[in-house]
Amino acid sequence: MTIVDLKPGDRAIVTGWATDDPPGRLLEFGLLPGTTVELVRSAPLGDPFDIKVRGFHLSIRKSEASLVLVEKRVTS
Amino acid sequence: MTDKSVPLRRVALIGNPNVGKTTIFNQLTGMRQKVGNYPGVTVERKTGILSGTRPIKIIDLPGSYSLSPNSIDERIAYDVLTGHLDGEDPPDLVVCVVDASVLERNLYLVTQVIDLGLPVIVALNMMDAAKTTGLDIDVRLLEERLGVPVLPMVASEKKGIGKLIIEMRRSRLPALPDRHWSLLPSVDTEIQTLISKFAIEAQFVPENKRYIEVLQCLSNDVMLDFWNDKAPEFQKAVVAARERLSGMNVAYRQAEVIGRYAWISPLMNTVISRKKDPNAKTVSDKIDAVVTHRIVGPILFSLLLLLIFQAVFSWATPAMDLIESGVVGLGRLVRMQAPAGIVTDLVVDGIIAGVGNVVVFLPQILLLFFFLGLMEDTGYMARSAFIMDRIMSKVGLSGGSVVPLLSCFACAIPGIMAARTIANPKDRLITIMVAPLMSCSARLPIYTLFIAAFLPTGIVFGPITFQGLAMFSMYALGIVLAFVAAFVLKLVFKGQSSFFAMELPPYRMPRPRQIFWRMIDRSKAFVVRAGKIIFGMSVILWFLARFPGVASDPEIDAQRLAADGRFEVSVDSLISEGLSDTVAAELVSEEMAPVFRRINAAEAGHQVEHSFIGIIGHTLEPVMRPLGFDWKISAGLISAFAAREVMISALATIYSVGNGEEDSPLLRQQLKADRYPDGSPVYTPLVAVSLLVFFVIAMQCMSTLAITRRETNSWKWPAVMWLYMSGLAYLFSFIIYQGGRALGWG
Repeated sequence: MTIVDLKPGDRAIVTGWATDDPPGRLLEFGLLPGTTVELVRSAPLGDPFDIKVRGFHLSIRKSEASLVLVEKRVTS
Repeated sequence: MTDKSVPLRRVALIGNPNVGKTTIFNQLTGMRQKVGNYPGVTVERKTGILSGTRPIKIIDLPGSYSLSPNSIDERIAYDVLTGHLDGEDPPDLVVCVVDASVLERNLYLVTQVIDLGLPVIVALNMMDAAKTTGLDIDVRLLEERLGVPVLPMVASEKKGIGKLIIEMRRSRLPALPDRHWSLLPSVDTEIQTLISKFAIEAQFVPENKRYIEVLQCLSNDVMLDFWNDKAPEFQKAVVAARERLSGMNVAYRQAEVIGRYAWISPLMNTVISRKKDPNAKTVSDKIDAVVTHRIVGPILFSLLLLLIFQAVFSWATPAMDLIESGVVGLGRLVRMQAPAGIVTDLVVDGIIAGVGNVVVFLPQILLLFFFLGLMEDTGYMARSAFIMDRIMSKVGLSGGSVVPLLSCFACAIPGIMAARTIANPKDRLITIMVAPLMSCSARLPIYTLFIAAFLPTGIVFGPITFQGLAMFSMYALGIVLAFVAAFVLKLVFKGQSSFFAMELPPYRMPRPRQIFWRMIDRSKAFVVRAGKIIFGMSVILWFLARFPGVASDPEIDAQRLAADGRFEVSVDSLISEGLSDTVAAELVSEEMAPVFRRINAAEAGHQVEHSFIGIIGHTLEPVMRPLGFDWKISAGLISAFAAREVMISALATIYSVGNGEEDSPLLRQQLKADRYPDGSPVYTPLVAVSLLVFFVIAMQCMSTLAITRRETNSWKWPAVMWLYMSGLAYLFSFIIYQGGRALGWG
């Protein structure tokens, strides 16, 4: 699954990229395998998304979010 | 004053956007700042002096998330720090400003800066915000692990600045730490081989800087291109290394980021202790839940825009009235004190009237800058981009274009310059090309004048007046056309889709001082720019309107003679009825004043019509007539090319000269009173609308064309800009005026 498949409030762990050439800016923001991301909400028109990563909020488009492979954390 | 033998120490300030870098720069340098541009590009170059017995030169670098250039700003930051910029050595010391509440992401840049082989001090700013977020940072441990001095501070409250200055002044600069992190072994091996090749062709790059330079070249095409000619063998070796790594399925482009974060993330766990649940909702999160809500969010944004325009239009009125009457009073005073003559005419009708007609709009401009500053300072600007991105991306722009385009409401020049923060070149070019369609503050005077003079008053609903709504429509038209133009341009430049990743900074209480200074700063730029151009234009226009004089119109002379005769007859008849001479003369003067006023105006009009400006206007009139514009408007439009707001002073000059001694206080009254020879009014509401629409669309600003030339580095784009905007303006006004007449509206 990717970030797009998450529901607002869901937390998940990044497992990889659905592309060979991920956008450099997203990497630099720390969106790397092993990182926890939270889908906070989507914008009023459904795109872009507000995600929380490494303690800050980041706005990314659906098209970019669909490149980030994630695995949902099992809530204990 | 200073010891010439010791060169000035140069310190560069770098940091992520929104970390308080500008606040620190201002506190270090005070008023001793110089703003210029980097050679070749128009990234703003800010330098200042930290005074003292040994002054230090401070270089403020553009806000950067990383040194791998994703935008022109970051490219410049990298080039300055590495000394790639011609004629400039790398700085002696780098102060890396860091937001303590988002330490992890900020440390990414810090590790990159440390690797450049320059002495580094970390300014750990926003310690207060970190505390509110529940973060407890072990500063000593962080310092130890980074190997560079770390100074905690709260720059907005001036806490920690003193210590920073002491550190910057130390004669012994901080030692250079070793590289902390490591690459994947397969990538590291390639890098070591490449460094030995690099060392042969690029000997001038110091040894301690080779690692980072080579790494940048491996992962970034732009950086590699730099060495195409300078180190061709190295360039080939990099390409070969990339192929080998790809063959082994190694993601070499991500290697650097993964390596750095692999060092940073564990460090975070040791230096930070969390006092609150990191997933707990902060105040900022709660605000966001409302502000970016799917229904409430867009409503709030629209209401805010409507409020801004309503405020700019009506709240500024009392102050504007005050300035207006002050200018008129000053003109009267000068006329009373100074001897009548050509110099007094120049001062009153040219200079005072011209400059005064621009200063009068300052209250509106201050208000607009106030609202824009408030949006930027609170963090709402990023939310507006978040809300608007979907719509913007449909027409080929991005949410990132919203801020530059909103800045264009003030002035297209800073707006176009702000577009350089857009990383995608296509997005950036489209944003620049449509930016001047956003109604800038220089159009505001024209909107205000013609709406107030010619459109009906009255209330539509609640606090919204018809004129306020008309003003809103002017802005809306510009926005809609900008969207259409962007959509068309998107079809023209087919290319890669754009990426849009933007930080949503936490909401902050607005800092009044910050907003106030930015407001003053930007208004000052407007007044200075306007002042220079308008002062010159006012004088030139006064000359154009005054010369070459012609003989008076014999027909008007005859009318005046007849009127004089009637005056005498009337006075005589009143005297014969027993009134005193003075009372009789007063009564008749009062009664016949309109007649004389009409005759004087006709004569003055005759003079202006045969002046240079009249000749220019008349030459243009056949082209502009289908839009409803007479020769005076045409002459005004020509003068508006220097700067749109000059239109007002041009009209003021034309009309106050045209009305001679009868200086009526308000330009709008003179416009309303103007008639064609057949007695029909020059300005009908339809003409006003046609003119307003023309002003929304037409490209009438030399400065905008000049900045576009600089930003796009070609004359092609400003030429395209002028052609499409002026063509569109003519078309729209033509349709409105001819269509309106066909429907019988004027």
